Amino acid sequence: MALTGLFLILFLVIHLIGNLQLLAGDGGEAFNRYSYFMANNGLIQLVSKLNFAFIVLHVIYSIWLTRTNAAARPIAYGGKPKNVQSNWNSRNMGILGTLILLFLIVHLKSFWFEFKFGTGLPMIEAGTYDGLNFAVLDAYTVVASAYSTLPYMLIYVVGMLVLSFHLYHGFQSAFQTLGLGFSSYKKLIEVIGVVYAVIVPLLFAIIPVVMYLQQA
Amino acid sequence: MSKESLNLTLKVWRQKGSKDKGKFETYKLKDVSTHASFLEMMDVLNESLISEQKEPVAFDHDCREGICGMCSMYINGRAHGPQRGTTTCQLHMRHFEDGETITIEPWRAAPFPVLKDLVVDRSAFDKIQQAGGYVSVNTGNAPDGNAVPIPKENADEAFNAAACIGCGACVAACKNASAMLFVSAKVSQYALLPQGQPERKERVGKMVAKMDELGFGNCTNTGACEAECPKGISITNIARLNREYLGAMLGPGN
Ligand code: HEM
Ligand code: SF4
Ligand code: FES
Repeated sequence: MALTGLFLILFLVIHLIGNLQLLAGDGGEAFNRYSYFMANNGLIQLVSKLNFAFIVLHVIYSIWLTRTNAAARPIAYGGKPKNVQSNWNSRNMGILGTLILLFLIVHLKSFWFEFKFGTGLPMIEAGTYDGLNFAVLDAYTVVASAYSTLPYMLIYVVGMLVLSFHLYHGFQSAFQTLGLGFSSYKKLIEVIGVVYAVIVPLLFAIIPVVMYLQQA
Repeated sequence: MSKESLNLTLKVWRQKGSKDKGKFETYKLKDVSTHASFLEMMDVLNESLISEQKEPVAFDHDCREGICGMCSMYINGRAHGPQRGTTTCQLHMRHFEDGETITIEPWRAAPFPVLKDLVVDRSAFDKIQQAGGYVSVNTGNAPDGNAVPIPKENADEAFNAAACIGCGACVAACKNASAMLFVSAKVSQYALLPQGQPERKERVGKMVAKMDELGFGNCTNTGACEAECPKGISITNIARLNREYLGAMLGPGN
């Protein structure tokens, strides 16, 4: 759980840096160049396969974890506490994760699947971008048109909110699971975890919002 | 000032034996002194049940001074009730309000089966201890005091971990019924001291394996255990347990 989760956390940073080029304000050139590079680089493709594998492992392990943990308390308590002693998100990682999975399915269907198997995709003519004298996929236009509708934009905003909750607990939890949550740097890990859980999903979510507003 | 005595409604889990399904029964109790401990309040309830020719509520207790860990009760949705850092025997009725309904249940965890009413069988903890929670002692003279220097921080941390009284509140409070806080306390107290070194890796492997085998859940770091532990055992010990365990798995042999 911790290793797969941390890999995904790392992946998200790289993914975010790439995505932020959508806001470069250059009609999509930076993003299209980046997307061409990503689709044609062996190492990136390997990492992408690894990433799929880690998501699957993370999900399989989470199903096992949630089920064995539920089995450890076959009879629920009747009394309801006035103040609960743990965070809501820490107790509902399975639900948050399932929502993330649903989001991922929508997300992968609209972009990854489209880019790989879609037909009639918009293209950038050869020579439009310096140094690229062949036609490249206009990924920017595909993304922009997806984000031109309000419901789709909102799915992203909600999806990122859910991710934020998942990571708010998950980040420091992963370090604790690996035995690294020691007093001296426990606080530091917690602070970095909160900063990450707020900033990364927020930046991800800003992209569809801005692109929606640009087209509204 | 608050009142000196309370009228309470008690919703108590009654279960004839381990095979019985069990259910909540409601009792009214009048004029409970706010100075009484929770267990004294239970004694009063039992006195009144006995005078009505009814079966008294079975509950575990022994020292009544917060050190034996017997008084397992889940009170109003919290292990050992609403007060932090206390066992049920050290919980006083002044923490409750007049007219309040108090729900009293046994610990709920697959490895802690209910024997009767509020009494659960916690021998699963003993089995974990027997799997490795000890130091094998060779007979001979006692070593000289202070012959082995131990850093103050290690001594303090080992002592804090050793404060665990095996009450099971951590398991009861955990949404996963995980025993990690208990096991981490037992592993830490030895991992930090020279006496624990010879069996260090073997110990952690065996205790964790036993804990899993007995059907305790897995830790997802929610922190509820630490909040409910009457002895203030910190989840830093769980981080240490995880590290000890990973170390033992990666490089076996002590
Ligand atoms: C971008 C996607 C995701 C990231 C970055 C992520 C990250 C993490 C991290 C860091 C942890 C903590 C690991 C630990 O404590 O050992 C975690 C735990 C967990 N995740 Fe995810 N996760 C993602 C997606 C998912 C999905 C799709 C699911 C389920 C369908 C899921 C379900 C869970 C569950 C059940 C836990 C365990 C709960 C816990 O340890 O408290 N996650 N995740
Ligand atoms: S760790 Fe705390 S709550 Fe758990 S058994 Fe020990 S004293 Fe009780
Ligand atoms: S009766 Fe001994 S700790 Fe409560």
